[in-house]
Order: sequence, then C-alpha cells, then structure tokens
Amino acid sequence: MLSRQALRKAASPLLRQKSIPLAVRNASTSSSSTAFQSFLNSRLTLASVSLLTAGSVAWYTHLYGSLPFLAEVHASHASDEGLHPPKYPWPQDGLLDTFDHASIRRGYQVYREVCAACHSLDRIAWRNLVGVSHTVDEIKAMAEEIEYTDGPNDEGEMFQRPGKLADYMPAPYPNEEAARAGNAGALPPDLSLIVKARHGGADYIFSLLTGYVDPPAGVEIRDGMNYNPFFPGGAIGMARVLFDGLVEYEDGTPATTSQMAKDVVTFLHWAAEPEHDERKKSGLKAVILLSAMTVISLYVKRFKWTPIKNRKIFYDPPVDKTH
Amino acid sequence: MAFSTTLYNTFFRRNSVFVSTIFVGAFTFGIGFDTAVTSFYDKWNKGKQWKDIRHKYVEAAEE
Repeated sequence: MLSRQALRKAASPLLRQKSIPLAVRNASTSSSSTAFQSFLNSRLTLASVSLLTAGSVAWYTHLYGSLPFLAEVHASHASDEGLHPPKYPWPQDGLLDTFDHASIRRGYQVYREVCAACHSLDRIAWRNLVGVSHTVDEIKAMAEEIEYTDGPNDEGEMFQRPGKLADYMPAPYPNEEAARAGNAGALPPDLSLIVKARHGGADYIFSLLTGYVDPPAGVEIRDGMNYNPFFPGGAIGMARVLFDGLVEYEDGTPATTSQMAKDVVTFLHWAAEPEHDERKKSGLKAVILLSAMTVISLYVKRFKWTPIKNRKIFYDPPVDKTH
Repeated sequence: MAFSTTLYNTFFRRNSVFVSTIFVGAFTFGIGFDTAVTSFYDKWNKGKQWKDIRHKYVEAAEE
C-alpha cells in the first residue's frame, strides 16, 4: 500500500506536468465546453426549453386535436369494420376471362325470384339482357308481363301498357320512403352498381349472402336485425334469403345456397360492369398494338441514330506553313 | 436491289398508288387483326360467352 501511494504521489506531478501542454492545446475546446456547461445548467435554458416543449405540445394538440406520442383508445372493435371476405376464384377473374354467361342467366333468375322483392335494379333495361343472358324473344315476353305507366295520351291522362325492351327494370317500391317503411326503416340498396360500390366487390357480396350465422356469445342483436360477420357492425336489416333449393334452375344446376349466391353475384357483377367482356378484348388489342408500336419505334430510333452513335471524329490539325 | 426497285416501282412511284396502298392496308389489317384477336379470345373463353350457350335457348324458343 505504502509503496503504491508513494508511486502515485511520485507519478502525479509527472502527469500534471504532462497535462499542461494538453490543456493548452485544447484550450479553445475546453473553454467552450465550460461555457456549454454553464449554458446547460442555467435556469434560463431550463425555463425556455420547458416553455418550448409545452408550447409545441399545445400547438400540436390545437392543430390535430389529440396529444402527440400517445396512442388513442377507441371504444370500437375490429368487428365493427366487418370481416374481410376471402378471395374466391371467379370465372371472370383473369385478365382475359369473360363472365360465365350461363351463370349470369341463372343469376338473373335468382334476382327476379328472390332479390327483386326488395331491391331495385334501376340502371338495367330489358334490352341490356338481350344477347347477354337471354334471347330477344324471351326478353320481350318477360317485359310484356309487367305493366308500366306511360303517357300522357291525347286526353292528358297516364295509362298502363305492357313493358317493352326499352323499359328499365321495375322497382319493388315506388319511392325510398315506401322501401324504408316496408323494411323496418332499413333501405334496401339499389343493386345496379352494388359490386362496384362495396369494398371487396363480388367477394364481399358472396360472403355476405352466404355468411349468415348465429350471433356469438355477448353480441346483442336488436329485434328485426340479423347477425352477419361480414357486414360492418355485424347487424344487418336483411335476413338470410338464400336457402338450398329455393329456386329451380332451368338448366338443371343444383340450386344450393352457394350456387345461387355465386350466380346472383355474377349477375350483379355484370350489371355493374356490362362492358366487362368487351373491355378485356379491347385491352388485349391495345396491349398488342401498343407494344408492337413501341418495338418499332425503338428499332427506328436505333436505326436512325446508328451513324451518329458510331461516328468517329478525327482531328486533322492545320499544317503550319510558316516553318 | 431488284426487290427494292420493284417495290419502288409498284408502290412508291405514284402517290395515288402509295396512298391507296396505305388505306387498303390499314383496312385489311384492321379486319384481320380483329378476327385473329376475337378467335383467340373466343377460344380462351370457350363455353362461357353468350354465343356459346345461345343455341340452347334459341332452339327452345322455336320448338
């Protein structure tokens, strides 16, 4: 111990001696560091930084309405958004795939016999079905079965006449109020564009139609409402309508729930996108033509630029004639 | 050289021939291209389009 202390004592002046030039060398840095230290320790700094922090938090809260860096707690649950529908392999899924028109025809039958009791299809006229799912004679016969109000006639009165090809699909209710009154306040949406109008499109509607289950424990469903996990919020006004064997297909397809749902969703998909088949064909043509044009233009560019890209410039210095 | 000369003499020498070649060529290409794409498209979507199932219902209506 003694010897060590002695050693330290002996060593310390040596160190001190050495540290002097170091301190001199670092004079600028060390002096500024002490200034920085005093700046850090000053009350003014503390006060102004606190003020800045409190001010920016207050400004953020004023601008965005919530405190920064704090997660918000919501009273909602993931089920309020509705279950995400699974992806189904539709016949029209591929880039070049058309609708299955036999399915559209069956789907129209399901729409007419089941959905049309509550849902309108305003944007589809009888003529739109011609050459898509039915022959013109079939459509004419179907349209004639329905009475339309037309007029006024020569005496200024409205009259009833059988439907014709140019008439639009008859609506089940004369107006929205009647539709709500007939469905306990819930408005059955028009189905013309429903596939485009819902997240998940055809997959969502198929899942909704086939997804009715009993509500899980703890979920209260009001009277007159039904539980469907795919519907945002879970409670839907529409009850399950598709049951096995509800309709009888003319082509002998077994009318199971999922078959009817698939067919009616295909029909509604066609109703939302009647241009679908033609659009894909035009797209194929456009891709072929435009890619061919691109290749040609690239070739022509290279062809025209070849001499310019490959030229070599020689410098031929002028001969000095003075020597 | 012989080929390009023939080409020049047949199509490019007179502007009337040149222009009508372009017009007729565009017309025939349009039809041919459309036919080719349609036949491929119909083959790809065999049995799904209305033209493939139409016969069932037309005959039924005639009977």
